[in-house]
Amino acid sequence: MDFSSLSPVALLASLMVAATPIMLAAIGELVVEKSGVLNLGVEGMMIVGAVCGFITAVETGSAWFGLLGAALGGILISSIFAFLTQILLANQVASGLALTLFGLGVSAMIGNGYTGIKPPGFNTVHIPLLSDLPFIGPAILSHDPIVYIGILLVILVWYFLNKTKNGLVLRAVGENHDAAHALGYKVIWIRFSAILFGGMCAGLGGAYLSLVRVPQWTEGMTAGAGWIALAIVVFASWKPYRLILGAYLFGGVTIMQLNLQALGVEIGIAYLSMAPYLVTIIVLVMISSNHLRSSANAPGSLGRIFHASQ
Amino acid sequence: MLTGNGMIRLEKRPQPSKKWTSITPFLAVLATMFVGGIMFWALGQDPIEAIRIIFWDPLFNPQFASYARPQILVKAGPLVLIALGLSLGFRANIWNIGAEGQYIIGAICGAGVGLAFYPSEGWFIFPLMVIAGALGGFLWAMIPAILKIKFNTNEILVSLMLVYVAEKILVSVSLGLMRNPEGGGFPGSRNLQYYKAASNPELISGTGMHWGVLVAIALTCLTYIMLTKHILGFQIKISGQSNKAARFSGTNPSIITAICLGVSGALAGLAGLFEVSGPSGQISIDFNVGYGFTAIIVAFLGRLNPFGILLAGLLMALTYIGGELAQFMLGLPAAAIQAFQGMLLFFLLAGDILTNYRPKFTYKKRL
Repeated sequence: MDFSSLSPVALLASLMVAATPIMLAAIGELVVEKSGVLNLGVEGMMIVGAVCGFITAVETGSAWFGLLGAALGGILISSIFAFLTQILLANQVASGLALTLFGLGVSAMIGNGYTGIKPPGFNTVHIPLLSDLPFIGPAILSHDPIVYIGILLVILVWYFLNKTKNGLVLRAVGENHDAAHALGYKVIWIRFSAILFGGMCAGLGGAYLSLVRVPQWTEGMTAGAGWIALAIVVFASWKPYRLILGAYLFGGVTIMQLNLQALGVEIGIAYLSMAPYLVTIIVLVMISSNHLRSSANAPGSLGRIFHASQ
Repeated sequence: MLTGNGMIRLEKRPQPSKKWTSITPFLAVLATMFVGGIMFWALGQDPIEAIRIIFWDPLFNPQFASYARPQILVKAGPLVLIALGLSLGFRANIWNIGAEGQYIIGAICGAGVGLAFYPSEGWFIFPLMVIAGALGGFLWAMIPAILKIKFNTNEILVSLMLVYVAEKILVSVSLGLMRNPEGGGFPGSRNLQYYKAASNPELISGTGMHWGVLVAIALTCLTYIMLTKHILGFQIKISGQSNKAARFSGTNPSIITAICLGVSGALAGLAGLFEVSGPSGQISIDFNVGYGFTAIIVAFLGRLNPFGILLAGLLMALTYIGGELAQFMLGLPAAAIQAFQGMLLFFLLAGDILTNYRPKFTYKKRL
């Protein structure tokens, strides 16, 4: 076996690409959970975003319009969840599962006939001088714009949650909805908006899969990415900057196993391709076993139904 | 609606309404038919014809009924078995959503035992396979159970991740370990339908009834008795309502977690075993068809009640057959029925507002 064919530049570059869809979906879910809502429908929202983005991009010929379509698709499908859980006060776990099952079905249905097409792509960013630097240039500074938009979004969310009044209100709603309600904040509508934001991010993450990472449309192509995004929020202990770390870790595992497969390592493809899922489980165990750290940052009202009794 | 000068206010019921608990599933089915009809219309189909093909023709169309009717039991069997197990956990707030993985592992373990005895005959082979299938599903579900008990790890994510792992194992054994040596190199194991000692045949010809269906019916009754008459049923229910109350009543949450996950895993494993030795016949790359996920809908649609689950399983099986028929007759995409089933769950959850809250119509004068 020849490991020298693995170039660190290419590995790092593909790691960033592999991490981006999960990071996008996870940062949306982080905001949703910070507002006190557990939306298990990330997988469903992602796949709807993937198909909406793909179809819009193919029909308009522009990947950017594709992103727009994906964002709208994600918002639209997450509004079902928002309506069910916030207005009709339905169980969040069950509604999230329903969203995933529905999303998988509906995406396969509308994507019927779009398989085997190559979508329009994004131009890669080229920053004069910087992108020409050795190593750093090709590995980190010459990707498509979405890779950087993803990181920027994480920073913006961090800023919003920690440095703005509205962010503080959102966290208060997630921490104790009764107290926030007593202070006069509109718990339902704050959560409703957070859920739609989560839907938009998941939709963008899905579109990144179908437009850049794969790039193709196939049924069920998210293959658990939405669930891994949920796990990364737990891994990050609801802290945006740790979410980048988490996404890159999983991106790294994915890329390593793909490269090892390509090298023909003796372990067997089936076992290598389990790696991302197994690593997710191991990381979840490590984080959750440290009880203090894992629960200290969890929003106090996470998953609880808010009903203003008065 | 909830605040301000709204005309409708919601008042939380002290107890979920029994009346609405049983009415809402029917309302949800009607609403799904209606909106599903609109969806089919948007796909360019005659909505009434599409609904008729899905819900009526499999049962009563003289041309298809003879094929379709037995298929209903074939599909309802695994759905009911899996949903019965899931419903225990859902009552106790323990969310096993990895039944699909337990189903796969149960099938692999059960079929593995059968294939190991090939070609010898013996009455004991099939019972051994049943035990192996249940054990396989049980052990696969014990992974999230033990991680939850020992490390407080989220069972939803772990059980779901293990579905993907199980699918990879399935691919691996269909291509390698369990591949039929006389199969001309094609993936997939020997067909157990042709290996008498290991097969789960149709018991009464033309009904679709096989051992799995009988076990599903028996377990429906057993689960009902357990939930209503046994202390365990009480402990499961109380765990879901209040952790504190559960502890005061002497319920050990770890044991409840292990039982709920373990039993649902074992039942999903059984479902997998009956499927692989019966209707499907062999371990192959595409052996699993999503029963483990659809069973989640079945459990909710049946209101976590064993007999409700039996009815819901039959109805969901009908939509599967009807969906296949619609695919064949109208060229509807296969995924349409999955969207249809997801929609059903949405309407059911939406309807629950009437179960848990009482709408109050009030007029408030603006000052």
